[in-house]
Amino acid sequence: MIALPLICVAVLLSVACLAVAASRSRLASPIVYWACLLVSVAGLGCGLAGLFAAPTPAPTLTLPLGLPWIGAHFRLDALSAFFLAVVNLGTAAASLFAVGYGRHEKAPERVLPFYAAFLAGMNLVVLADDAFTFLVSWEFMSLSSWALVMAHHRERDNVQAGYIYLVMASLGTLALLLAFGLLAGPDGSYSFETIRATHPSAGLAALVLGLVLFGAGSKAGIVPLHVWLPLAHPAAPSHVSALMSGVMTKVAVYGSIRVLFDLLGTPSWWWGMVVLILGGITAVMGVLYALMQHDLKRLLAYHTVENIGIIYIGLGLALAFRANDMALPAALAATAALFHVFNHSVFKSLLFFGAGAVLNATGERDMEKLGGLIHRMPHTALAFLIGCVAISALPPLNGFVSEWLTFQAILLSPEVPQWGLKFTVPAVGALLALSAALAAACFVKAFGVTFLGRARTPVAAGAHETDRFSLAAMFAFAALCLLAGILPGFVIDGLAPAVQGIVGARMPVQTSSPWLSIVPVMESRSSYNGLIVFVFALLTASLSAYVIHRVASNALRRGPPWDCGYPDPTPVTQYSADSFAQPIRRVFGTVVFRAREQVAMPPPVDPRPARLTVQLQDLIYDWLYAPVALGVTFASERLNTLQFLTIRQYLSLVFFALVSLLTVLAIWP
Amino acid sequence: MAVILDFAVQGVQMLLVLLLAPLLTGFTRKVKARILSRRGPPLLQPYRDLIRLMRKDAVMAENASWLFRVTPYIVFAATWVAAALIPTFATGLIFSWSADMIAIIAFLASARFFLALAGLDVGTSFGGIGSSREVMIASLAEPAMLMTVFTLALIAGSTQLSTVAATMASGDVGLRVSLGLALIALIMVAIAENARIPVDNPATHLELTMVHEAMVLEYSARHLALIDLAASLKLLLYVSLIACIFVPWSLAPAGAGLAAYAIGLAAYIVKLAAGGFLLAVFETSIAKMRVFRVPQFLGAALMLGLLATLLRFVSGSM
Repeated sequence: MIALPLICVAVLLSVACLAVAASRSRLASPIVYWACLLVSVAGLGCGLAGLFAAPTPAPTLTLPLGLPWIGAHFRLDALSAFFLAVVNLGTAAASLFAVGYGRHEKAPERVLPFYAAFLAGMNLVVLADDAFTFLVSWEFMSLSSWALVMAHHRERDNVQAGYIYLVMASLGTLALLLAFGLLAGPDGSYSFETIRATHPSAGLAALVLGLVLFGAGSKAGIVPLHVWLPLAHPAAPSHVSALMSGVMTKVAVYGSIRVLFDLLGTPSWWWGMVVLILGGITAVMGVLYALMQHDLKRLLAYHTVENIGIIYIGLGLALAFRANDMALPAALAATAALFHVFNHSVFKSLLFFGAGAVLNATGERDMEKLGGLIHRMPHTALAFLIGCVAISALPPLNGFVSEWLTFQAILLSPEVPQWGLKFTVPAVGALLALSAALAAACFVKAFGVTFLGRARTPVAAGAHETDRFSLAAMFAFAALCLLAGILPGFVIDGLAPAVQGIVGARMPVQTSSPWLSIVPVMESRSSYNGLIVFVFALLTASLSAYVIHRVASNALRRGPPWDCGYPDPTPVTQYSADSFAQPIRRVFGTVVFRAREQVAMPPPVDPRPARLTVQLQDLIYDWLYAPVALGVTFASERLNTLQFLTIRQYLSLVFFALVSLLTVLAIWP
Repeated sequence: MAVILDFAVQGVQMLLVLLLAPLLTGFTRKVKARILSRRGPPLLQPYRDLIRLMRKDAVMAENASWLFRVTPYIVFAATWVAAALIPTFATGLIFSWSADMIAIIAFLASARFFLALAGLDVGTSFGGIGSSREVMIASLAEPAMLMTVFTLALIAGSTQLSTVAATMASGDVGLRVSLGLALIALIMVAIAENARIPVDNPATHLELTMVHEAMVLEYSARHLALIDLAASLKLLLYVSLIACIFVPWSLAPAGAGLAAYAIGLAAYIVKLAAGGFLLAVFETSIAKMRVFRVPQFLGAALMLGLLATLLRFVSGSM
């Protein structure tokens, strides 16, 4: 059972080697992507089998790789199986999308080998069962995705994005390395099994919590460690962006869950509070950042930050409930978080595919240069619209269900005894509600400015529909959004083994409840039935359409749009991405981004156009990163002189270093 | 048999809200006119408007897409489904268990999502100004509404509207600070969501002040009729929502007899009339505020909602 996913990984690695050898060939691209697609489907099968069969004890395997006296341990428990399924579902769709999309790649030799390696790395992380294998796979995943970010390395922005990504990824891995070092203790047993059996002291656990939130959180995109994410994700080719945003962030979430729920022992209540606060801030900041963007892919990347926040809110609640031995609420919160993991991997990949199709058709990522694409790319527009509705948490699609479950978990929390949580949870609930409403605004903007209205540039006016493979990938995920939304009970029951594994309880069986309702606790408390709601909405819409067409006039005339009697021939006067966000920028941005608007109005006789300048400040960057960067630059400039010493000075330097080290050793207790 | 009866009651409820919605709009207009010493349009004028709109030929902008054509149906269906979930004259209708208060908010959000998209579809400044302001208002109104729902859910121990209404009607709840805060927040949200004065003016067509009307400016004939009907339904929905939570008396419980339903219905119409009257009085006694004052208004609603929820978290009796 565990061997099969590892064989998949081995196949992926050999595909990567093959791609290096054959990358100049014209056939390389389809072969690699088809191979990745097949392997991913196999991996998806393994994940689902591991999740539904959930054999106890979980199958393990030790390979004589890595450190000689440890070996590489692998294990496939329900949690790993769930994430294996999520990873491979995303990679399967991305590979299918890339069969069509990859044809337009100008330098396939820079993408293909790393793509297969990246897939292998993500699979390995969720399978790893000792700290060494975990960290090596983690770093392998980071570096292969870094290479993909640098695929188009001649663009200036990409180089900068790659650099920042590399720095943040290294820092993150360093934090994880220290965390596992602390967990392993002085005896240095790195297998997860031993770590699980030893319970660290409270202080040590707190330190590990901080390090893991830094290490895995920076990969997932928790504010304020998110800075690399909106730079790096859009820089990669679009199917890789989809994987980085939709799947790699989930692998990071897996890392946090594995340590916080599994390895670190019984949680204290304040862990939940810390995670909740981080999640709430991340959710709202992520969506506010997203609203300010006019680059479509960057908007999507920032929006990933928001969804990560929602996932961490669910995890924080689960931690808080578990610390208080509230099994059922903990199961509900953990289910909500994992459901959102699945949902986000589906709709964010779908949206990045759509953005990729637009990029292919027009060569533009800037929404201000797009518009009216619904006429030229009707199928892409439909799929993208479904993704937008799903991510905005609107019923009857899947995004709503996971947010609904999170809200239900919040409503169970007044029973926690700690005052800190009593104040934190409602505030986080308000932040979650705010981020849900802002997300809808954000995607009205994303869809409206890109696909609706009139074409703003000739490239947008001359766009063409994308290829069949890309459309197949998009519609498969759009269908999944709908299915998971109207039949959420099946997803919840499917998640149950993983939830059982991390919080020791599961939600009641949902698929046996009448009419396939989902009932978290009991029916008089709350229930939701996506199927009935969907059928009902469909019926009322059809009924109203039927009645209107029988009763009302069916005539339809086309005319010029109303513009106060001055029909304008240029599309410049329509609302743009920036102007659409202006009210929200004015309400929230003046505080969060120090947004300043200035209008330079020439005097009445002057024919020059008036100019509106908007200034936004990224306070997190200015206050947190800029001082650090300044400090590093300062220190390195000072240390630079060390490069140009004479041999005598070097020798004396070595001598003093030795003496001081020996002194430290001498006075060390 | 019982199931058929349940479906019949649910059907009656759906038809009832649909038929009463324009009447409530007409009634509010009439009262407003009378307060301003005008005679005002007849009570049935909204129905006549709808019929007249239905008969007309639709005119659509040259570059309007299919989304523009289907949006009225989506908006209408989403609003109608949401209205069907609110207990009007009876609680515990068969459909009410399939979705709760959070889902009702989400349905209204769906309607707004598509309406805002339709505003952007034609590519004129009017649609854009309406859409961008609408989402700004919604981005504050929706969380405020959710916080109110949280408060009620924590008091009643349920997010099911029928259970909440039954709990409130049972008299165990009594007067509470959090309930008062929630009521004020809910009324503020209702005013903003229904584009009433002081947030928006349903009667204006002055470019710089309109929000909702700017979004639907390109619509005509049957499409406009559907959108207008949906707007009336939404007003009725909010009045019914406030009524069933804060004045839940005479609501017929699930499976009650015909007599209980009749009493419930009569009480419901009285509640609607009272709601419409109060709205008209409020609207005539206040001036419309600038667009960028609206966030402060709704921010206050959000804070009241949050305060109410916090009180519930901190103390079980407040």
